[in-house]
Amino acid sequence: MLGAPWAWSAVLFLLPLAIVLKISFARTQIGVPPYTPLFEGGALRATLDNYRDVLTDSFYFGAYLSSLKIAAVATVVALLVGYPMAYAIARAPEYRRGLLLLLVVLPFWTSLLIRIYAWMGLLRPGGVINSLLESLGLIDEPLRLINTTGAVCLGMVYAYLPFMVLPLYARLERMDPSLREAAGDLGARPWRVFLSVTLPLSMPGVVAGALLVFIPCVGEFVIPDLLGGPDTVMIGKVLWSEFFSSRDWPLSAALTVTMVAVLVIPILLLQRVLHREAS
Amino acid sequence: MKRIPWLTVALGAGIAFLYLPLAAVIVYSFNASRLVTVWTGFSTVWYSELMGDRQIMAAAATSLTVGVLSATLAVIVGTAAGYALSRFGAFRGRWLFSTAVVAPMVVPEVITGLSLLLLFVAAQEMLPFLPGRGIATIVLAHASFTMATVALIIQARLAGMERDVEEAASDLGARPFTVFTRITLPMIAPALGAGWLLAFVLSLDDLVIASFVAGPQSTTLPMVVYSSIRLGVSPKINALAALLVAATAVLLGLAALAARRGASLQR
Repeated sequence: MLGAPWAWSAVLFLLPLAIVLKISFARTQIGVPPYTPLFEGGALRATLDNYRDVLTDSFYFGAYLSSLKIAAVATVVALLVGYPMAYAIARAPEYRRGLLLLLVVLPFWTSLLIRIYAWMGLLRPGGVINSLLESLGLIDEPLRLINTTGAVCLGMVYAYLPFMVLPLYARLERMDPSLREAAGDLGARPWRVFLSVTLPLSMPGVVAGALLVFIPCVGEFVIPDLLGGPDTVMIGKVLWSEFFSSRDWPLSAALTVTMVAVLVIPILLLQRVLHREAS
Repeated sequence: MKRIPWLTVALGAGIAFLYLPLAAVIVYSFNASRLVTVWTGFSTVWYSELMGDRQIMAAAATSLTVGVLSATLAVIVGTAAGYALSRFGAFRGRWLFSTAVVAPMVVPEVITGLSLLLLFVAAQEMLPFLPGRGIATIVLAHASFTMATVALIIQARLAGMERDVEEAASDLGARPFTVFTRITLPMIAPALGAGWLLAFVLSLDDLVIASFVAGPQSTTLPMVVYSSIRLGVSPKINALAALLVAATAVLLGLAALAARRGASLQR
């Protein structure tokens, strides 16, 4: 019972990461496979060139930095939008909560590609939003909405909002309402009750939701590729083009290893939070 | 409890935000005009054009095959993993095990895609008799990340289930394997169904991982959709999107029904 999933995870999760690590120390070569072997004639032929490129080239460093920044902005906006939603569902009558939660989760199961495509139709010049504003006489020429970093943030909030709402709801729903009532009876105003009782008690949900949004956003490819502009540089997109266009496997591998290193702390943190929530 | 209207307003606005873009796609898929946002009349012309598109239909068949095979594989491995996580207590290496099981769910898709491709390339290099990349590699890659979802569903179901029936069976002399197949499996059957459907939907949606591990002969539906929408918005893709949204809604309805049946069986 334990053996099969262990073997599975070892071969299809841990081993691939080990191979990525190995290839990140190789050089590119023309041929199959397009990288040099690590051992040749009994000698170790590893190079740190790929890592030097990744860490010193301002393009790659900038891509990491802007990925973290865009993901952080999207996470904060998703929290601001998602918290009131989760709170409203948690305080709705019990028979309605299931349906409301289903409504929030349903779009998540629709293809990400289709959901981002829907926003392309809304945001492009001549798209739904621009035509609407033009027919109302609010603007004379189409606004540049698509192919901007703002559009990428919007797409991320849209795509990952359910990830924020679910853990927040789980936390808020279990909260004892008598704590809030006690604070109210003692004379605290609603905002004061929220800030000193509800919000602190929901912090584990905030952390779990924020990590569940932040981690996939950092490495996102589809959203920056379809909604971003030429000046939106994100690491997932850079990795994709290094691999598919430049065909530089060792450099792509080094980018992957660095991305895992950047994300390993948030992922371990998430694992701990989820584990504690479960027990 | 005192009602706070602005919370209700925020929830309504949030749900509208989630649904309006998809509603726009569905509405415009019935537009007669080729100009996507100019409404000229109701028509189903884009649906018939979609059905006549050989490339899209072939890709849809590939995606369905991959989805069925990978979901089945994910349920087999994911059930074993979920069972181990909820029933084996604090076994050695549990921490690494649970991380390795759950991590594929949150690791960015580009990382999963690239690392699995490099694995398949290395495997082929060492064992040249293996068939090249194609449907089989996509199935393995999809199952490796959807099994995490199945494992979590099964773990949650087992955690909420009393062990008394299983214990009664083993007290009466049933071997562990018999207890698992005769007692545990039937009791978690609805969760298995829900897990299968979710794994199937996840597989059907994936673009990034399939793009990395696919061979030249195996193009999935999202890959065709992606290369088409990079060129712009088209009414035919609107029709395809509307169909996919409808199909997802039906599958999720089935998964919800299966989960509800499971919950009522336990009472």
